[in-house]
Amino acid sequence: MSQSDGPFDAIVIGAGMSGLAAGIRLAMYDRRVLILERHYLWGGLNSFYKRRGRLHDVGLHALTNFAPKGRRGVPLTKLLRQLRLRHADLALGEQSFSEIAFPTERLRFSNEFELLMSEIERAFPGQVDGFRALTAEVMGYDSFSPPDPAQLARPVLERHLSEPLLVEMLMLPMCYYGSAIPGDIAWYQFAILFKSFFDEGFARPAGGIRPLLDLLVKRYRELGGELRMKTGVAEILEEGGRAVGVRTDSGEELRAGQVYSSAGYAPTLGLCGRGDEVEPDDRGRLSFNETVIVTDRPPLEYPGQADAPGAGAAIVFFNDSDTFHYRPPTEDGPPRTWPIDTRSGVICSPNHYAAADPLTEGVMRFTALSDPSFWDAFDDEAAYAAAKRASSEALLDSAARFAPDPRPFEVDRDAFTPRTITHFTGHPLGAVYGAPNKRLDGRTPVEELFLIGTDQGLLGVVGAMLSGISMANRHGLMSQASS
Amino acid sequence: MTRDEVILAIKDIITTIAPDEELDGLNPAERLRDQIELDSMDFLDIVMELRKRYGVQVPEEDYKELASLDSCAEYLGPKMADIELKVGA
Repeated sequence: MSQSDGPFDAIVIGAGMSGLAAGIRLAMYDRRVLILERHYLWGGLNSFYKRRGRLHDVGLHALTNFAPKGRRGVPLTKLLRQLRLRHADLALGEQSFSEIAFPTERLRFSNEFELLMSEIERAFPGQVDGFRALTAEVMGYDSFSPPDPAQLARPVLERHLSEPLLVEMLMLPMCYYGSAIPGDIAWYQFAILFKSFFDEGFARPAGGIRPLLDLLVKRYRELGGELRMKTGVAEILEEGGRAVGVRTDSGEELRAGQVYSSAGYAPTLGLCGRGDEVEPDDRGRLSFNETVIVTDRPPLEYPGQADAPGAGAAIVFFNDSDTFHYRPPTEDGPPRTWPIDTRSGVICSPNHYAAADPLTEGVMRFTALSDPSFWDAFDDEAAYAAAKRASSEALLDSAARFAPDPRPFEVDRDAFTPRTITHFTGHPLGAVYGAPNKRLDGRTPVEELFLIGTDQGLLGVVGAMLSGISMANRHGLMSQASS
Repeated sequence: MTRDEVILAIKDIITTIAPDEELDGLNPAERLRDQIELDSMDFLDIVMELRKRYGVQVPEEDYKELASLDSCAEYLGPKMADIELKVGA
């Protein structure tokens, strides 16, 4: 057991997807790396936990960016190469299909782009040329080094599509899976997600997120990387404008030549005592409530519901009117009784992916926009639990209009709020996708202190790992390759 | 290391980085990029592996010298003349 106290070449704050991937890259080329994780489990937003004997994923809906083994030039292939993993190591099972469901129209898509194309032809025959032009613009766009990162997606969609309903239907899944911006999403993020959904696709690692995380931790340790759990960072140490290490929650000083932080931009500056340099758009405000229902049988076996809308879908993105509202609930119109906005949401089921060992129980997961400040304000745990339960019911009532209702067959339920997300990620207000401002080059006002993960700008399981990889390459390996 | 051994060393590194690529029919005069899938991340790894395995430094401005197997041999030959080939590292 290594108990070295430095100096390290690099300290990585957070053992989530980005931190583990950055750690692997640095350790692969003989950097002395230490990853510090405040929580007792690794994974960050994509962690896992056990409750009443069942293993749950914290954040995993789907692994987007699915590509078959050997497909060239796509993120998954790059990621596997960079981490020296084999495609088979991920044990990915492909989705059945997914849907975007509005009251007047549903669009189905799968890992074959042609299905979406035929759905557009069926539902929006007048928009086919516009959709093709949009697709061509997405595919031709250099989304990983965008020339105009401030460009928003909605105006681009409206330039190609004259049918407002189709614009709303395309905005819904992209916002839910990656926007930190109320009411819109950055165009380059839209382009990344569009490719990751429709040109690539959805898959699920066998056994959920845990085997994948364990693989990353194993690879990191094999390469000589050190991982300390239950070790939070209280302060990033700075000398002459340059990061030189960290002080842990227990007061230990650890020195390092570089610090990589997945804590988010604002919290990272806070750790440097530079909280006053944070701008409003450095703070994210969008978060979610989730409810996971376990049932005694898989969803396709719910009696009388096999032909219900959304039955058999891996993911249903729903919205109950022709207009999609993507804002923190309290900022959208008059105050509501509920702290969550149940007009739209995401319903997903791990049962609907190909698997060598199909799940015997059913699992359905429901997600909706939520107001973080509401949940942060509770100090009475019983009242918090009651509000969580009530919100969970409201979300399930709303979702039952778009997908099978698992409640008659429920054997277990777990729900979480933005407060839970803060607990796992350390991100204030449970901001799942971080702040509207992204730092694509990973730089901060402090030299040798770099951002990885959410606030660097790449999202999702594959995106987060690529974030860690690309920042480690650029700042840790490339600049020092010739030194 | 002879010129042929330098090429072997590079091919062995590419096998580590990109195990799915077929390297047998590579034309040494042609750009690697035009024959197999290698992006800038992969070229960084070629440089990093050269440094890790053989202690050879390739400054960023010289990455272009690694474009083809012939140019690799040309550029790396003198730097690796006194180094032993290690294959399957």
